[in-house]
Formats: sequence, C-alpha cells, structure tokens
Amino acid sequence: MPIIEIIFYLFGGVLTLSALSVITSRNPVYSVLFLVLCFFSAACIWLLLEAEFLAITLVLVYVGAVMVLFLFVVMMLDINLTKLKAGFARYLPVGILVALAMAAQLFILVWSRGLDSQVLVHAADEGSNTRLLGEVLFTEYLYPFEIAGFILLVAIVAAIMLTHRRRPQTKYQDPSQQVRIRREDRVRLVRVESEGEDS
Amino acid sequence: MIVSELQLALPEIFIAAMACVVLIADLFVSDERRGLTHSLALLVLAFAGIITLRLMMPVGETVTAFSETFVRDRFGDILKLFAYLVLIGVFVYAKHFLRMAGLYKGEFYSLSLFALLGVMIMISASSLLTVYLGLELLALSSYALVALNRDSARGAEAAMKYFILGSLASGILLFGMSLIYGATGSLALSEIAGALGQAASGDALLAFGLVFLVVGIAFKLGAVPFHMWLPDVYHGAPVAVTLLIASLPKIGYLALAIRLLADGMGPMHEDWQAMLAVLAALSLVLGNVVAIAQSNIKRMLAYSTISHVGFILLGLLAASPAGYAAATFYTLVYALMSAGAFAMIILLSANGIEAENLDDFKGLNARSPWFALMMLMLMFSLAGIPVFVGFFAKWQVIAAAIDAGFTGLAILAVVTAVIGAFYYLRVVKLMYFDEPENTTPVTAPFDFQTVLSINGLAMLGLGLFSGGLISLCISAFS
Repeated sequence: MPIIEIIFYLFGGVLTLSALSVITSRNPVYSVLFLVLCFFSAACIWLLLEAEFLAITLVLVYVGAVMVLFLFVVMMLDINLTKLKAGFARYLPVGILVALAMAAQLFILVWSRGLDSQVLVHAADEGSNTRLLGEVLFTEYLYPFEIAGFILLVAIVAAIMLTHRRRPQTKYQDPSQQVRIRREDRVRLVRVESEGEDS
Repeated sequence: MIVSELQLALPEIFIAAMACVVLIADLFVSDERRGLTHSLALLVLAFAGIITLRLMMPVGETVTAFSETFVRDRFGDILKLFAYLVLIGVFVYAKHFLRMAGLYKGEFYSLSLFALLGVMIMISASSLLTVYLGLELLALSSYALVALNRDSARGAEAAMKYFILGSLASGILLFGMSLIYGATGSLALSEIAGALGQAASGDALLAFGLVFLVVGIAFKLGAVPFHMWLPDVYHGAPVAVTLLIASLPKIGYLALAIRLLADGMGPMHEDWQAMLAVLAALSLVLGNVVAIAQSNIKRMLAYSTISHVGFILLGLLAASPAGYAAATFYTLVYALMSAGAFAMIILLSANGIEAENLDDFKGLNARSPWFALMMLMLMFSLAGIPVFVGFFAKWQVIAAAIDAGFTGLAILAVVTAVIGAFYYLRVVKLMYFDEPENTTPVTAPFDFQTVLSINGLAMLGLGLFSGGLISLCISAFS
C-alpha cells in the first residue's frame, strides 16, 4: 500500500517539522499554534492506524481544551523572551545528549522488533475501537467509571470553593446598577453667582 | 440482574445522589438559614443508616456485583453504619465551631458527604480499581476541607503538605497495585488471592508490589516512619475539619488495609505480618513518647493517633479472623473517642479561636464539672484504663496478637500504653487540680451538649457492655 505510506510520511514530516518549530520560533504564540498542528498531525497518524478513539480524544482534549488554555496563558502573561533565550546555548549540549539518548532508545526498540508487519496489528476487526471501549466502560467498568465521575465533581467543587469566594474589598462592576443610574445621582447643579462688574 | 445489583449498592447510590442534592440545595439557602443544609445532611445520614440496616447482610454471606468491582458483606455494612454515626457526630460538633469561626459554608457538608462516599466505596471494594478510586475520592475531599479556611496561612500550609504527601502515598499505592496486577493478571481481589495461592513463593515482582502496598497503607494510616504529615495537618486544619479527618477516614483506611492485605494478599500474610510488626512497634513507641512533649493538644492528639494506629496494626498483623475483628473493634471505638476529644476542643473554643493549648483545659472542673467529667471519661478511655471501652479495645488487640505468636510485640504495646497514660492523665490533672486561667462559663448549643454527653457516656457504657459490640465485630469475620 504505497499510498498509505506516502500519507504516513507526509503526516510524519509535518509532525516533525511543526515540533521543531515549537521550540525554534521566537514568538510564543507561534509556538502554541505549531503545537496544535503537531497534535493534529499525530491525531491523523492515529487515524491511519485505525485508532480513531485516541485521535478524537487528542483533538478534543489537547487541541480543544488544553491548547486554548495555553494560548490564554501565553497571551495574558508578559513573558520576557530575551531572558528565556539566554540559556539556549548553555543548555544545548545537554539537550543534544538527551535527544541522542532518546533517538538511540527508539532505534534499539525498532531494530529489536525487526520492523515487521507485526508492529501494526489491526485490532479493530470487530468494529470501531470507540465502540469496543465504550462497551467495556459502560458494562464491565461501569461502577469505577461512575466513581471517576464523582472524583471529577469533587475536584470542581473544591476548586470553586477555594478560589471563588466573595471578598468585600474587591471592586467589581454591577451592570444593573450602572444601567439604573439616574441623572440626579451623578450630576449636581450648582448655582454660581455671576461676578459683578463692580467687584 | 442489573436491578438487583443496583439494590446491593443502594446505600452508595443514595449518598452519592444526596450529596449532589445537598450541593445544589445549599445554593438556594441564604447564609442565615444554613441550618437547613445542616438538617438535610443529618437527615441524609439517618436515612442511609435505615437503608443499610434494612439491607444488612446476614452473617457469613458475601455478594459481589458490577463485574466483581463491588462487594457487599457484613463487615462492610457494620463499618458503613459506624461511618454514618461518626459523621452525624462530626456535623453536630462542627456546626458550633464553623459558626463561631465564620466558616459555616454549605461546601463543608457536601464535601464531607463525598468523603463519606469515598469511605463507603473503599469499604465495599473488591477490585484494586475501586479501592484506589474510593481512596482518591476521600483524599480529594479531605484536601479541600483542610484548606476550608482559605485566609489562614497555617491551614493553607497544612493543606499543601497533606496534598503533596497524600498524592505521594496514592502514587506509591498505585505503583504497588500495578506491580501486583502485572504479576497476577487480575484486578479483582478474590482472583488475586487465587493467583497468589498458586504462585511460587519468593516472586520478586509480588514482593515489590506488596512492599509498595504496605507503604501506601502505612502512609494513609499515619504509621511511623510515614507519619510526618499527621501532626502538621491536625494542627493546621480548622478544628472542625481535624475532627472529621481524625475519625471518619480511619474507618475507611481500616477497610483499605483489610480488603487489600487480608482479602487480596491473604496468601502472602507471612510476608506482610513482619512488615506490619515493624510499623506497629515504631508507631507505638514514637507516638506515645513524643506525645508527652507536646503542649498543644491538637498535636498531642495527633501523636496519640499514631500510637493508636500502632494498636490497629497490631490487630491486623495477627492475620486471623479474631485479629481483624479486634482491629475493627479498636478502629470503631477509636473513631468515637477521637471525635469526642476534638469536640472538647471546640467546646472550649470561644469566638472562633481554638482552645488548642493544654493550658486551656486548666481548671475545667471549676468552670463546668459535667464536661470535665466527659473529658475525663474520654481521656481514661484513650489511655485504656479498665471499665472504659478503650481498655477492652486494647485487650482484644493484644489478645489477638498473643494468639498469633507476637508476644514480644504485645508486651511492648502494654509498656507503651502505660507510658501513654501519662499524657492523658496530665489533661485530667490540669482539669481537676489546677486553677482556671479564665473563668468564663462554658456554653454551647443544646444539640452539641447532648451529643457530646452521649459520646462521653458511651465510653463508659460501651465499656460496661462491651460484649455486644465485640460480638458484632466478630460476626463480621465469621
């Protein structure tokens, strides 16, 4: 299947290039956008492997939620870039070392498994894996799944309890009060005696 | 089939649903009428008690549901009933303090109910997955509750410590679980026990997994040398929350230990007995000795907790039905004693300032003879003086340990209990033989006084008629 291979290398190439751009681009907003592209390419590769549930989750959770949050943070924080860039040359040797070690590990892994077709096992013969996962999640693991939902609920309640409390000293606007304002509340007419010519 | 499964989990479903109802209903309640939330929470607990009592499992019967992730047995039902009872006491005690300290929020009730749900899930867990999820539900609610007073630096520090060390403990426990899952190929505790029975002894993977499990349990219980967080958290949290985390979770952690070690890792009991023996010995010695040096009563009770954990472990390490029954009896009694002792701190607190120093108890007899007597009963019971229920709890545990052949450890337990009696009796001495530093009369709402009186008198009553509770605990393991 050469067409599948061509698509794989295309997506893989885009993935690698965008990952490189994440760390090399000077503007943090560009970095975040490239990271989105990076995740999306990875999701496409997963789709190619027929793991569509992982692909959808990656797009929904990481691109949809986490990256938007990242963008917010990057845009709202005034990050001093020159300071961050200063350490680049100093950390380069260690960075290269780590990258080489990771590449070596990957190579050994791929080499030991012989690059056979057994690496790509098609598990989804009995239907889509989203359905398979769903079936297990809502039958066999129903009880733990529901508990996990309650854990998330407690996390939300706790976060709101700890952060959102009305503090009397904070200044905030009350739009309804602003709308209901009358002229008499704001403007005071003062009668000023005109200065006579004789003064 | 699914309907009967749902019926088995009815208490859990009820508490889960009502915790959400309390959470939502509180939004529509103004601050002045928060009493409605309080009453609703108490009503929920009472109803849950009725449901559990009506569906109580007969002796010796065990039913699993939801693909072996949930188990219903008599042991679980007894623990759940006591968990409701303890939480009712905690709500009544806490209300008085939260009002004084300006922390009277609806979230206290919903989070406490979620913590109870976590305890119940742990109690009824029959799979590593449910054990862990119940533990996390309890832990997450407790972290948030410790930080209830957001403006207190001490509370925030305690919450951070609790959160970081608690997460570490959960991580360790999870790592152990994954190793055991890897070695046995199953998450269900009964299947793990079956696989262990056939496995060759001395499997390194299983041994590693077991060590991580025991360390995780010890962390959660606060056994030495994993006790560091306990005094700081007890000290830093608002006393109403300390009251909660000193009583309710202990019941859950006992279930955690019995489910994991006895139900799951039962065939490896020779391995974990030795580990628990070391933990128990260290906890008994360190807890009792360091408690003597404390001048803050919250810290003193924290170290006393560590020593009581030593006793609970002493019952568990017997690895026999009698030992588990003794440990259960001890835990239930301890939860009641500890709730009463922290309630006394609330009683003496005025204007939201916690009466956390030992000196605050000086001359209590002159200020309020009745509550001085209640505190005396609680302290005598904690110290394990005969006639009071604490004595019978210690007796049961030590007898089980001797039966299992841990005579040396039993002797150590007796010696340290005598050392420990010193600091409990010091409180009694301060109350009866010292002059009061402030002479304002002790006042508290009527419900608070009633529950505290029942709690104190129960120490004597349960002691005189200890047979009933003991046979109830024994029936859980027969």
